Amino acid sequence: MLSDFLQLMLQELLLTIIIFILLFLKLSSKELSKVNLLNIINLLLLINLIGGFFTTNSGTLFGDMFQTNDLLIFEKNILNVGVLIISLQSYDWLKTHKHLVEFYILMLSTLLGMYFMLSSNNLLMFYLALELSTIPLAALTNFDLEKRQSSEAAFKMIISSAFSSTLLLFGISLLYGTIGTLNFVEIPAALNGSPLQLFSFILLLTGFAFKISAVPFHLWTADVYEGAPVAVTSYLSVISKGAVLFVFTSVLYTVFEPLSTSWYNMLFLLSILTMIVGNLFALRQQNMKRFLAFSSIAQVGFILIGISGQNIVSTASVVFFIVIYLFSNLAAFGVLTIVSAQTGKESMNDFNGFYKTNPTLSWVLALALFSLAGIPPTAGFFGKFFLLLAGASKGNYLLITIAALNMVVALFYYLRVIQAIFMTKNEKPIEKIKVHLFPKLALLLCVIGIICTGIFNTVYNYIFSLLK
Amino acid sequence: MEISLLPLILIPLFTVLAMLLPNSQKQIRTIALLGSIAQLIFSIALFYFYIVEREAGNLAHFYFENNITWYAPLNINFHIGVDGISIAMILLTAFVVLAGVLVSWNMEHRSKEFFFLLLLLSLGAYGFFIALDLFTLFFFLEVAVIPKFLLIGIWGSGKKEYSAMKLVLMLMGGSALVFVAFAGIYFDSNINGTPTFDLVQIASLNLPIAVQKLFFPFAFIGFGIFTALFPFHTWVPDGHSSAPTAASMFLAGISMKLGGYGCLRVATYLMPEAAKEYSTIIIVLAIIAIIYGAFATMMQTDLKYINAYSSVSHCGFVLLGIGILTKTAIDGAVLQMVSHGLMTALFFAVIGMIYDRTHSRQVAQLGGLLKVLPFISTAFVIAGLCSLGLPGLSGFVAEVTVFVGAWEKVDLFYRIVTILACASIVVTAVYILRATGSVIMGPLKNKEHAILSDASWNERLAVILLVTVIIAIGISPFWLKDLLSPGTEIIINKLLIK
Repeated sequence: MLSDFLQLMLQELLLTIIIFILLFLKLSSKELSKVNLLNIINLLLLINLIGGFFTTNSGTLFGDMFQTNDLLIFEKNILNVGVLIISLQSYDWLKTHKHLVEFYILMLSTLLGMYFMLSSNNLLMFYLALELSTIPLAALTNFDLEKRQSSEAAFKMIISSAFSSTLLLFGISLLYGTIGTLNFVEIPAALNGSPLQLFSFILLLTGFAFKISAVPFHLWTADVYEGAPVAVTSYLSVISKGAVLFVFTSVLYTVFEPLSTSWYNMLFLLSILTMIVGNLFALRQQNMKRFLAFSSIAQVGFILIGISGQNIVSTASVVFFIVIYLFSNLAAFGVLTIVSAQTGKESMNDFNGFYKTNPTLSWVLALALFSLAGIPPTAGFFGKFFLLLAGASKGNYLLITIAALNMVVALFYYLRVIQAIFMTKNEKPIEKIKVHLFPKLALLLCVIGIICTGIFNTVYNYIFSLLK
Repeated sequence: MEISLLPLILIPLFTVLAMLLPNSQKQIRTIALLGSIAQLIFSIALFYFYIVEREAGNLAHFYFENNITWYAPLNINFHIGVDGISIAMILLTAFVVLAGVLVSWNMEHRSKEFFFLLLLLSLGAYGFFIALDLFTLFFFLEVAVIPKFLLIGIWGSGKKEYSAMKLVLMLMGGSALVFVAFAGIYFDSNINGTPTFDLVQIASLNLPIAVQKLFFPFAFIGFGIFTALFPFHTWVPDGHSSAPTAASMFLAGISMKLGGYGCLRVATYLMPEAAKEYSTIIIVLAIIAIIYGAFATMMQTDLKYINAYSSVSHCGFVLLGIGILTKTAIDGAVLQMVSHGLMTALFFAVIGMIYDRTHSRQVAQLGGLLKVLPFISTAFVIAGLCSLGLPGLSGFVAEVTVFVGAWEKVDLFYRIVTILACASIVVTAVYILRATGSVIMGPLKNKEHAILSDASWNERLAVILLVTVIIAIGISPFWLKDLLSPGTEIIINKLLIK
């Protein structure tokens, strides 16, 4: 029993130990300089990442509450990569922050919540884990301590996530009322599509839609993204969203499989709305963070299309796309973090003529944006193509046509940024930025990810082999 | 004789990568030049080996095939191979790219990025022309988006940001439609339960007619946007005239041909029944493009706009040939693609040379350039005469083939269409001769132009390269026609089988 426990929960245990180490570090943080602290913490995160690759077990624990398998371990590893990249990127910002250890403690707590969320095999467990991953996030959102906007964002975040949790919990309790079980394995057999079950499913779906900011449940996203520190924004938009999407996919495919005709229609509507609204709002944004917020809403629309395909290929495509999305979005946010930490500039106009002074950063940002837009040779092209292909497998070409045309709209606003960087003339562009080794490493990792994930088929084949 | 097609992609790739290392403009342009020369040599070698194979009695449809598994779970393969049509397009690309590099020899502003993007563009074109897998094809079609946008937006002139955006978005719209068609074809082409992107397999499969009818318009309009299908031609004038010289050459010379090639290879070849069904609509749209383009050109005062609008008209002939669906007409369409590619590249190159010297492209401000710029002016006249279809130059061969192909159908509709298309040549003659007359002939309008120097060695080389091929096709078109013939034959045979 104990050895089982140790083996199956290796990643969770490792992360918990790291969180405890951080608590001790906090106690002695007076003696250590900020730079040393950051070095130690990043080393710990690296250990966490590497540790994840040595876990290859599947099984359940705690009376079927907790499950793990190779795919889940891979998904956790993806999240680890993302967290490490974010940590490296926010080096400049954290170096001057007085509560940097708390930042990591909170962030890793949410990560732990996500681990449990991914591994949950019971709706109750899922709910607990979701709360663990959301509440510290609200505190993180408030981490620009001097900015009022940041507090406002945190407040909006906590209110809206509380609201969505309420809906989720209401849905769960109704479901429990109709079928008497919350276990993922037992639910499908008990579902019969009665109106009350459908109603509870809609509530659950709404809860999920809030977390992944699908339209019409997206309204909190832009304000929160804008107010939060850039590092937290990238964490929210990539890690937190990615984790929920992983769970969402598996819950739809396994637990609510009997209701698939109903949820297919719901996904159809959600994805079209999400793409169109996300795109239309992104067109008008001037603040880079808001812009990326809306663009990430639109990306979720595409992911929902992939999910609607409902077969093994579409699961693979969704996971694959999230890996790519992680690299691309983190590269974009990484450049933004560096610029914002050193100059405080976040508006699109500030980036006019950016290429003249910072050619390398410009290319990284351009590559990231092209990948988000789905232009080859970047990985984004492969990701988008496979998502839409997965969506088309149901023969719904209306959906695919709308999605494909939405890609054109999306390309327009990504190109606007590229235009500002490369073409618009500016008397006073952002001065030359000196990038520290850590953020450089992080960007390099992202760029390698953006270029290689697509052209080489290793990652996709690996994901596919996990699903078989 | 078995050779690999991979160098066609690897040469530009390594050229592009090699360019990242040095920093001086001289080294970078030398690498670009060597890379494009290597490319041309390889293309000619490919042409030679193709003929050797054919003479040896190899009657396969596609030669030098190579099939590498790419994404096995989705049955996506990196499948490449060539037939005569592809080789003609590859040769065209190689000539235009080399000429483009030569013309931009003195590019100083961000020269590293310029040559990098230019050769990346050529990489996309080569890949597109050899792809036999729809995914691979689409991949290379889209690779061009980044270089196109940046080339026009950074090095362009006039309202370059607007033009770059318009061009890229409209082409992306085309790609979006193409994507839908590909997805549709993919899921309707089951081979033992697995859908496929493989062009050869899909062709042997005969897609159901309902599927063809549904997806043919997506594919044809999608690719049609690339080749200025009316009413989606509006990106052409703005895009071409704002682009820097080499990019204009590439855009009009090769990029527009991607569309024509796609219409032929994907839309018509894979969905022949639908092609017959929609033939009338295609012909009508093509005729509108031909006539509208010709008249619109008459109203232009800017040399680049003149050539850009005339491209709309000339590419109409490509679509007309594809729409008529006789062997001669399709031969003519491909000939027109090659001929127009060379001719328009020459035209843009010459206009670029004139602009570099006089800093004007307005017909009204130029005049009598023959006296000061004899070489450039002669090239201008040759390009113009080729454009209006003078016998002895490639334009004549291509257009006449299309007309003959159209006349082969006895229907009254086809007769009217052919006459209308022929009549447009008169309009072409009007605008070409008018522009040539006022820019090249007559007294020198601007005294400051008297001190201009004629073409430098690199410009001469670029012009000679293109003119040689134009004349070679014009005087003895048979080598090119024989090259194309087996490929078009197969497409036509597929149309005839019910």
